[in-house]
Amino acid sequence: MFRYIVRRLLQMVLTFFGATFLVYALMFANQKDPIQALVGERPVSESQRIALTERYHLDEGFFMQYWYYMKGVLTGDFGTSMTGRKIYDMMSDAWPVTFRLAIIAIVIAAAFSVTAGVYSAIKRGGIFDNSTLLITLVLLAMPIVVIAPLAQLIFGIQLGWFAPTATRDATFYQLLLPAIVLACIVIAPEMRVTRTSVVENLRADYVRTARAKGLTRMRVIWVHVLRNSLIPVVTLIGVDLGGLLAGAIVTEHVFNIPGVGFNLARAINTEDGPLVVGFVSILVILFLFINLLVDLLYAALDPRIRYE
Amino acid sequence: MSDLNTVTAAEAPGGQPNVPHGRVKRDKPRSLAGDAWNDLRKRKMFWVAIVMVAAILVMAIFPTLFTSADPSQCALSNQFKGPAGNALFGYDFQGCDIYAKVVNGAWNSIKVGVLSTLLSGVIGLLFGLAAGYFGGWVDAILSRFVDIMLGVPFLLAGIVLSRRLGGDPKSDGVLAVTLTLGLLSWTSGARVMRSAVISAKQQDYVAAARMLGATPGRLMLRHILPNSIASYIVLLTLLLGINISSEATLSFLGVGLKNGAISWGIMISEGTQFARSEPWPLVWPALFLGVTVLAFIMLGDAVRDAFDPKLR
Amino acid sequence: MDVLPGIDPRAPLLDVTNLHVEFRTQYGVAKAVNGANFRLAPGETLAILGESGCGKSVTAQAIMGILDTPPGYVTQGEIRYRGVDLLKLTEEKRRKVRANRIAMIFQDALSSLNPVYTVGFQLGELFRKHRGMSRADAKKRSIDLLEQVKIPAARTRVDDYPHQFSGGMRQRVMIAMALALDPEVLIADEPTTALDVTVQAQIMGLLADLQQQRNMGLILITHDMGVVADVADRISVMYAGKVVEEAGIYDIYARPAHPYTKALLESIPRLDMKGQQLSVIQGLPPLLTDVPKGCAFNPRCRYARDACRQDPAPPAYAVAPNRTARCHFFREVIGE
Repeated sequence: MFRYIVRRLLQMVLTFFGATFLVYALMFANQKDPIQALVGERPVSESQRIALTERYHLDEGFFMQYWYYMKGVLTGDFGTSMTGRKIYDMMSDAWPVTFRLAIIAIVIAAAFSVTAGVYSAIKRGGIFDNSTLLITLVLLAMPIVVIAPLAQLIFGIQLGWFAPTATRDATFYQLLLPAIVLACIVIAPEMRVTRTSVVENLRADYVRTARAKGLTRMRVIWVHVLRNSLIPVVTLIGVDLGGLLAGAIVTEHVFNIPGVGFNLARAINTEDGPLVVGFVSILVILFLFINLLVDLLYAALDPRIRYE
Repeated sequence: MSDLNTVTAAEAPGGQPNVPHGRVKRDKPRSLAGDAWNDLRKRKMFWVAIVMVAAILVMAIFPTLFTSADPSQCALSNQFKGPAGNALFGYDFQGCDIYAKVVNGAWNSIKVGVLSTLLSGVIGLLFGLAAGYFGGWVDAILSRFVDIMLGVPFLLAGIVLSRRLGGDPKSDGVLAVTLTLGLLSWTSGARVMRSAVISAKQQDYVAAARMLGATPGRLMLRHILPNSIASYIVLLTLLLGINISSEATLSFLGVGLKNGAISWGIMISEGTQFARSEPWPLVWPALFLGVTVLAFIMLGDAVRDAFDPKLR
Repeated sequence: MDVLPGIDPRAPLLDVTNLHVEFRTQYGVAKAVNGANFRLAPGETLAILGESGCGKSVTAQAIMGILDTPPGYVTQGEIRYRGVDLLKLTEEKRRKVRANRIAMIFQDALSSLNPVYTVGFQLGELFRKHRGMSRADAKKRSIDLLEQVKIPAARTRVDDYPHQFSGGMRQRVMIAMALALDPEVLIADEPTTALDVTVQAQIMGLLADLQQQRNMGLILITHDMGVVADVADRISVMYAGKVVEEAGIYDIYARPAHPYTKALLESIPRLDMKGQQLSVIQGLPPLLTDVPKGCAFNPRCRYARDACRQDPAPPAYAVAPNRTARCHFFREVIGE
């Protein structure tokens, strides 16, 4: 197990540098005027040019520039956004609200997809099962750019049940509608996998044994069947993470939530290179760690798996 | 789902096969594709999806069948006017005919979707074939590269790349978005192709062909590819729906189509700004985009179920 | 343990009469059990013998009350445990009969044990849920049980997962689980089929020992006449959902009264018949959706005459005291 983790961490280091380099290159390589690319559309004075060349090592090779930048990132110095603010400060402003949004979304998605998935598996072929199957198909197909604005329009504006926008210090209730929208992205695949997996496990021999042991139906399903059924669902979480992130960019944009996705979308539109690369680096690290965590959780859930 | 029930029921008495299974006529040997087609024909979902896809394609290729209005003819005097005459859905913020715009928007969606999926299909095919067939260090390098690609969340890379490729201020962004989606969405296809090739390679008939002196090119083309391609095409059908959706997302975020190119994504983005008082300019393009993506996903879903019922 | 209403300690331990089970499938109704009758006394071993698909496992599941409904339904008959008809109990009462009074072990121990829980958890669960014990006490009892079924190093193995045990050890775990709550009836459905021959003998020996210690009634379901011969007191032979012959172990081997039993016996390889061709039973068991008229065995029977091809099916003729056979011509079959 230990060796496996070490190997995975080494792979992650490689992936991290590869991925951040790709983004760094896309943002900065082959710019006609690298200094203009750094400051955006503002005019730059000669003294600023010298300072920026110094700061970003623009007189050295591209790889060296990347290297100096990464050295900064890894020591917690993300540099300065072209708006002049420290990127580190912007991040500490943006992360908490995004983090809360994501947690609420994941909890909603997990609670709903597992209960609904189990319920439709038990009553498969019934009305509940068939209608959820149809709803998940629609959810699966609806792009987030359709769900988010329509949800805001219908539930936020027309019906007025939820707040149509949220602030940095949003309450749980303000974040609820965007979180539900975000949850919609992952509910459909997770529910489908839960359902299939429960249906398969209900047929397993160990279920017959559990019934022969005189256990209640509730215990057979929620203890014996569910634990086995969750194994494939957990692996899906790692896959869904990218979708969740994409969803966060659009959702925060639509609901005006000043989180990571919102900042990132704005940074990209204003060509704020340092800000983009800074956010992306953190996101990539997070992405990789959660994927490792999911793999370890997988082993914890299924004792038959031993990583070598 | 109903077929799952049937299997359980038929095998139920003590797990014994003493109950007759469905009486199947077996006149001639059947191929996988033939079986899948037989299965598909019976699915309602498949026919609904086919009809929807056909309607969308007709709308994309022959928009004049649906509307004679020019979507670029806008008059500010018409701003937010309700439905009138040929403008079935009314007018938007700039006084453009929403119906004409929505109908004409199908072409860009389909064009970007199909072209980017083809590009992604070719890249994924070559990557998967090379990694799976040559194995060893080729596979190691290619697979590592795919890992790195997957290390950057898709939309993030899409925004950055699309922004970069669409640098030309005069272009309508179609080429940039197509390239972006094509260059980023091939990874899962490459993985599927790679494992399909690896399992095909281990089949006896491939070993036999190799011993008879078949060249690597011929082996791949004649023996490995035909047996791995089915699942790949199914994957591409689903990808088509996803790419259409991604184009709208990029356009929505302002890094997709531009300079007057009609995109449902842009229409949605504009619609959200005034949705508080004027919801319809948002609702119509959202519905059209949703239904289009749904149609392709349903088609892909049905085809996949027919080809591989176990994947459900 | 709850007291069952109407329980009578003098009534037979288990008495199954006229049991009918059917499966309602898309392809028609499959009559899996068509009037099974048998009786079990404490300390007695009853073997239920038959080809696969004859309804023996379904009978066991019906007794346990773990049939999959739908598609399986008990349509007629009684299953009396100490005089109480289990089929008339509420599901809640029925549930408490399982494991407490009637327990069951299954054929494939690997798939019958839950792969994601330790053996200790799966054993301890019985004590915790049925007896309200604490986790610590339940674990102690689990270790005791594992020792009783002779699993070495039970104290450490209690924390292992099923896949970490060998096939024989796993079947011992299954036995421990079935015996945990001291049931009076144990149903063993093909308990040794998945095991090596040497391990088979050990497991059968263990079962016999435990049965004697506890004076349990044991129903042994098998298709293997060889396994039965050493341990069973009585045998019920099932064919197409009916008990076609029931007799003491000695009688059935010496003088089978039903052509099907006879054919089964002739198909066992024997050392003293070396060099001769092994006889096989012609044809296949009938489809349960389409059981032949009259005696279900008639298409494969060498004694079959017109009477056998017509309804009604042969009744259970009393061949001798405590011995029945469903064959019009049982005298001829015995007498040969």
